[in-house]
Amino acid sequence: MTFSVSQHGDVAIIDVEGQLVVSNRQDLKQRVLDEIDKGTTKVLVDFAHAGYIDSSGLGVLVSLAKRIRETGGDLRLANLNEDLQTLFELTKLDTLFQISETRDGALASF
Amino acid sequence: MIAGEMERDSETLELRISSDVRHIDEVVADIVRMAALWEYPRKHLALNLPVALTEALSNAILRGNREDPAKSVRVRAELTAERLVVDVSDEGLGFDLAACTADPTAAGNIMREDGRGLFLMQKLMTRVERFTDGGNVVRLVLHRG
Repeated sequence: MTFSVSQHGDVAIIDVEGQLVVSNRQDLKQRVLDEIDKGTTKVLVDFAHAGYIDSSGLGVLVSLAKRIRETGGDLRLANLNEDLQTLFELTKLDTLFQISETRDGALASF
Repeated sequence: MIAGEMERDSETLELRISSDVRHIDEVVADIVRMAALWEYPRKHLALNLPVALTEALSNAILRGNREDPAKSVRVRAELTAERLVVDVSDEGLGFDLAACTADPTAAGNIMREDGRGLFLMQKLMTRVERFTDGGNVVRLVLHRG
């Protein structure tokens, strides 16, 4: 997995490329925590170019969402493909996260 | 890969990796590639197989072998046109599959960061078994149907 961080207004956007799994989830977590430490309270994770996610990757997203919500902000998701949507529905994490079909839709939701 | 065998109606792949999660992706890619050659459904290749395999391998490395570099994880995948069976063996003490009943989708658990691995294996595979056979084995069975 690689990921890039960009800024759109006051929203930090994380673009994930490839798998978010046990071997790399700490990289993503640390990068988002760095953004939170800088004062960011709105984070969008865009999965348009992502592969599969395992339970530890899901766990990191939950962990980050909890952390950001403690500051009054939110972590939202966009562009889940059909397989990732299945994963979130199976785990009922689709009820925990606000998920948008598009990046623009997610940005407009903040 | 330490051994591979292609027969007329089945294919077997045997691997051994050290207890390092950085090896997981390579094993998953090898087995998914094998299933792709047998024309397993797209969703099996993109979701069911890679996620369940990653869970079984990370459990074996992190919990079974506790990342002990002196211990290894063995993987044996046997594939036919009808089903894929993957045995993941570690050198740990094993666990009671039947005792792992916590539902990560329950309201009290949904905010937990962990506890979804076995759940996902069971949801994404046709069957998940655990037994001992010279090591602690988790068997993933995926029917093509």
